[in-house]
Amino acid sequence: MVRIEEHKHLTENKPIEQAVLPARVVIPLLQHLGKTLDRVLVKPQDHVRRGECLATSDKGVFAPVHASISGTVSQIADFPHPVSGFCRAIEIEGDGKDEALDTMKPRTSDEVARLTAAELRAIVFESGIVGLGGATFPAHIKLAPAKPIEDFIVNGAECEPYLTADNRLLIEKSREIVDGIKLVARIIQPKNISIAIENNKPQAIRCMREAVKSLGWRVVVLKTAYPQGGEKQVIKSCLRREVPSGKLPFDIGVLVHNVGTVVAIAEAVYLRKPLYERVMTVSGACLENPKNLLVRLGTLVEDLLKQCGPMTREPKRIIMGGPMMGIAQFTPQTPVIKGTSGILALDEAEEKEQEESFCVRCGACVENCPIGLNPGLIALAIAKGRLDLAESYGIMDCIECGLCAYVCPGRRHIVQAIKAAKLKIRKQQNK
Amino acid sequence: MADKLFVAHAPHMHKTESIAGIMWRVNLALIPSGLVALFIFGPAALWVMASGVLAAVGTEAFIQKARGQKVTVSDGSAFMTGLLVAYNLPAHCPIWVAAAGSIFAIAIAKQAFGGLGRNIFNPALAGRAFLVAAWPKYMTTFTKPFVYDAVTQATPLSLIKEGKASGMVDLGLSYWDLFIGNRGGSLGEVCILALLLGGVYLLCRGIITWHTPVSFIATVAVFMWAFGSPEGLFRGDALFQILSGGLVLGAVFMATDYVTSPVTKKGQVIFGICCGLLTGVIRRWGGYPEGVCYSILVMNAAAPLIDRFVQKRRYGVA
Repeated sequence: MVRIEEHKHLTENKPIEQAVLPARVVIPLLQHLGKTLDRVLVKPQDHVRRGECLATSDKGVFAPVHASISGTVSQIADFPHPVSGFCRAIEIEGDGKDEALDTMKPRTSDEVARLTAAELRAIVFESGIVGLGGATFPAHIKLAPAKPIEDFIVNGAECEPYLTADNRLLIEKSREIVDGIKLVARIIQPKNISIAIENNKPQAIRCMREAVKSLGWRVVVLKTAYPQGGEKQVIKSCLRREVPSGKLPFDIGVLVHNVGTVVAIAEAVYLRKPLYERVMTVSGACLENPKNLLVRLGTLVEDLLKQCGPMTREPKRIIMGGPMMGIAQFTPQTPVIKGTSGILALDEAEEKEQEESFCVRCGACVENCPIGLNPGLIALAIAKGRLDLAESYGIMDCIECGLCAYVCPGRRHIVQAIKAAKLKIRKQQNK
Repeated sequence: MADKLFVAHAPHMHKTESIAGIMWRVNLALIPSGLVALFIFGPAALWVMASGVLAAVGTEAFIQKARGQKVTVSDGSAFMTGLLVAYNLPAHCPIWVAAAGSIFAIAIAKQAFGGLGRNIFNPALAGRAFLVAAWPKYMTTFTKPFVYDAVTQATPLSLIKEGKASGMVDLGLSYWDLFIGNRGGSLGEVCILALLLGGVYLLCRGIITWHTPVSFIATVAVFMWAFGSPEGLFRGDALFQILSGGLVLGAVFMATDYVTSPVTKKGQVIFGICCGLLTGVIRRWGGYPEGVCYSILVMNAAAPLIDRFVQKRRYGVA
């Protein structure tokens, strides 16, 4: 792990703003880790209201999607998708009224107190909540672990450069975070609760300490280092324990949820509000006014960039997510989805493209790999077509944080090669 | 806007360090020793250095052109090899010897293995080893410092090896003389002060770490203190051993060569200790007065083996 340039000063002190209501949204049927939703509940020309369920499925790993504005379904077709190129999506032309579903009425605290664990889990599922840190794994599945959970960690490390959405949530929504944690605790009954925050967010640390004062939970201050917020790293830093290779956190009795996910759970339960909006950071050197925005899902990237403009320079690349693990967009017409933690408009100065040179065995990738791999060696094995060697070097343990490629003085595409090889190996295994 | 967007896989930002930047910084760190060599040995040192560098750069450019590859001499690595070959030569050796060493270093030790990053042996040291085998006369005729003429003077280590001296008193030298370079020796190895200056710069810039140089030098010191004296155990002169010969030059600038040393810190310490042991054995019982060059070359061959068995502990693997 290593400290890298942060660029967080651009937005870290800017309060969350409600983004302008979009005139049109595109809701992709794949916004979670799992299979594309196959049961679409609306058809073109249907009128929908905010919060209405648009599509779901019957079995498998999935989370339903909901309308984020009121209006008319104009078409169901393939649209640009931030992760997978193109994907089937539901387009809604807004009517400007932003009507909510009648059922979206807050629950009283008595009503909430009477909900059972199973009912709470059902609410999380129906609300379409996924891991908002970026992994987008359906939250209700993580809330039904096969083994008892001892430690529940709320991940507010937010180690990606530029991104400050979680930082603002910790500062502005500490009450909702506490409510959400209490709900999750009711479902999984953990022994200990920790809230992990990197030490570059002093205000967030103060706010959370204040909010949990009488509750006996730990606010764990982590060293600022990339990738501190990775699930495996945050577990090690908080608990001094490691997730065994090839296992999941619940195997060692640990559950990790991002702060954004916890807030979404609180809002789903208390406000009966499905996941149709989220906080994200819109930043980068090309924008005059970078911001933290509360954005309706399905809003197009270009609409958001306009709100943070004017452009100081023509952006050369648009990244969805952070600069270390985010995905470069081929068009500004992609919609934001549940996993979108930020949008970055970067110019050339932030990313000089350079030719890949030979590995000089400087060892920078080895020194910095948070998993203790030898990424350079793995990349060489891949280049030789020796996926078996790559596997024996531990390629499947790679968390794809990108630090190896970041530090490489030869600009070698190490993590890129590793990601592609992992896909190939998984395909072979599934055969 | 849409048709001009650049799409690539993450990460979308990089550390600004480049290979050329690292190489040129190492060259910069070598400059103090070169300047001091001019002062100690006179203009002859300059011609040897110029010849070594030009031959190395020229050979690299020629071979890359001939093979239809991109010419990459501007990355500073051939320059560094040429300079290091020269630093390993007596100041008054014929300039064609320096050129021959550099040509061997680049053509045989580096390009024949595939170029930058692919070589097994440190090119400059391979060049030196070649010269010692081919023209031993020129390689062992060292000149007296501050005379600026080809007045010969044996190195302190060879005097001791030949039994003409047994310690600092016989040599008529002080530790300070050794430290500032007032002694016979290869042109780039004599001034320890200048070498350390470069070494500290490289440490501060994070280009090298302490692991290899410190373990190398400390091992030689301890070994020679324990076994270095014919009069018995633990009576050797450790400080003399550190300051004489090419130990500091080798430990700071050659054993730390990325390409030919292990990648892990643990591996680098093992590498340094083994280099130190071999150097001690050669200095004490070997046929040559100095063993730094051969010990590093031998360990270069062992570096892949060290990497194979010395790895970082993997997360989540018991």
